[in-house]
Amino acid sequence: MNRSWQRFKKSYLLYSFKQDWVAIASFIVLANLILISILAPVLAPYNPYDPLSIDIMNSEIPPAWIEEGTKAFIFGTDIQGRDLLSTMIYGLRLSVIIGIGAVLLQAFLGISVGLTAGYIGGKVDAVLMRIADIQLSFPYLMVAIFISAIFQVVFGIGRFEELAVPLLVVIIGLAEWPVYARTVRASVMGEKNKEYVEAARVIGLSRKIIMVRHILPNTMTSVLVISTIQVANAVMSEAALSFLGLGMPVTKPSLGSLIKSGFEYIFSGSWWITFFPGIALIVFVLVINLLGDWLRDVLNPKLYKG
Amino acid sequence: MTHLLEIEDLQVKFALRFGELTAIDGISFTLDKGERLGLVGESGAGKSVTGFAIINLLSKPGYISGGRVLFNGQELNRLQDEAMRDIRGNCIGMIFQDPMMTLNPVLSIGTQMVETLYAHGNISRKNAEKIALEKLQKVQIPSPEKRLKQYPHEFSGGMRQRIVIAIALITDPDLIIADEPTTALDVTIQAEIMDLLLSLCESEDMGLILITHDLAVVSQVTKKIAVMYAGKIVEAGLTEAVITEPKHPYTQGLIKALPGSLQPGSRLNQIPGMMPTLTDIPPGCAFHPRCTISDSKCESKTPMLVSINDQNRVVACHMVKT
Repeated sequence: MNRSWQRFKKSYLLYSFKQDWVAIASFIVLANLILISILAPVLAPYNPYDPLSIDIMNSEIPPAWIEEGTKAFIFGTDIQGRDLLSTMIYGLRLSVIIGIGAVLLQAFLGISVGLTAGYIGGKVDAVLMRIADIQLSFPYLMVAIFISAIFQVVFGIGRFEELAVPLLVVIIGLAEWPVYARTVRASVMGEKNKEYVEAARVIGLSRKIIMVRHILPNTMTSVLVISTIQVANAVMSEAALSFLGLGMPVTKPSLGSLIKSGFEYIFSGSWWITFFPGIALIVFVLVINLLGDWLRDVLNPKLYKG
Repeated sequence: MTHLLEIEDLQVKFALRFGELTAIDGISFTLDKGERLGLVGESGAGKSVTGFAIINLLSKPGYISGGRVLFNGQELNRLQDEAMRDIRGNCIGMIFQDPMMTLNPVLSIGTQMVETLYAHGNISRKNAEKIALEKLQKVQIPSPEKRLKQYPHEFSGGMRQRIVIAIALITDPDLIIADEPTTALDVTIQAEIMDLLLSLCESEDMGLILITHDLAVVSQVTKKIAVMYAGKIVEAGLTEAVITEPKHPYTQGLIKALPGSLQPGSRLNQIPGMMPTLTDIPPGCAFHPRCTISDSKCESKTPMLVSINDQNRVVACHMVKT
């Protein structure tokens, strides 16, 4: 443990991180946002899921620094009288959970498919990659509408609220796994002809062990880079779905559904309901993308400047 | 008594779109326990393909189309995948040409070493590491405890080849196939590695098939030699006899091409022409277009391997008097 920490301290990764102030700033912001979302129940002044803490008389109070605002609600309140800051913090938490969950699902499906297709090749490869093509040719919005329609028929609208998070994870996860599958397949095809794979076969390792223990770690660079971008994409997808009313319900709003619920009141003067969640979403997605860019540059040996 | 390895009339073909190419055309040889054999020839003679055919790991279009590979009396080319995997790495080890490429860059040396042990039986991590440590000492890696945790990029070329050898040795195999183990190394390291390999084979009583184009290395290490040309063995026998008194014009050419036998400043001898590609192997003796003593018989009739003098020595040439 101590040894690997020493190793990390001397690594090029850390060195280039220290050199790049954009990466440092992005990392700090991202770390804070994630910390906030983890500590949401502690940090949020109110619990927006608790009906008792909501008073409809408080609806549409503007942010604290505007004349009619009160100190009790720093960013104002939304149409139902919830404290906007607390709702945003909880919304961010949902967005992070859905984003990471969806990416984990995508990565799991995509890596399994890409690894199998790339290593075995031939007919297996052709079939799996055509499935991926078909999957990509469906717009995910259509898939989302499909699945949520089926879901509501099967489980009833009432249960939608409690199962919305896993449902969104599955929808977004299923929609984008081919991105992983293609990337992993491409690098597996490059790796599998290298001699260390041959050497692994020569010492009598099984196909499964060669794929998982020898080839997979060598494709991790590209997986890591697309993962950062995919988290940002998944958060955006979730926001878009929620904005269209297919995502998180109003009772448990994510950033996207907050933006949507405020959007209806933007012309009646309550701009803050859309504005602040919008800013939070942009900042969150932006810092992930900036970090992803930095990571791509660092891990790409062709751009190695050291 | 059964031989350690017995190859009978082995034939390897590559099934391509426009037809089949014969890469190995009926070669036979035997190897006893602890015996060392050199397979010599130019690039494309089928040396490496022979090596891979023995462990039944020919890559895709290639397959064994005839003949038998017997290892301790067991017919390897008829074995199921599972059983074959148990022999690979366990009973037969293989060492490749380029140690830069044969080690996985993202796994530590220790991990890669114990992996072979895990694949061939239940063994605790502690025991496996103990064996790995022991083998690293055998291949003379200094401070092996520290080295086990390091990654391939932290080693030099010679060190890496030592590690590759240690990995091949880890299950105490009966046979090692070394496919040009020193080609990618510089000359001083070459000698060290060859010495190491030789002494290990002697102390562990392992069989060795040394695939190389370097006659000097073969004469140093092996007892028997087989010279290959275009997928066939053209001459075989005891190393000393073949090197000092080559019978086949191709072997003669190879030995003459060594720079050692020349006055400084004079041109090196060479065999004119190139090894034929598998698509157009000439009729008759495959070597006749490059041969200085060929006649019309060589162009039409393929020479068979015939034994001369003693029973160990075989040559395939019409021009050699038996």
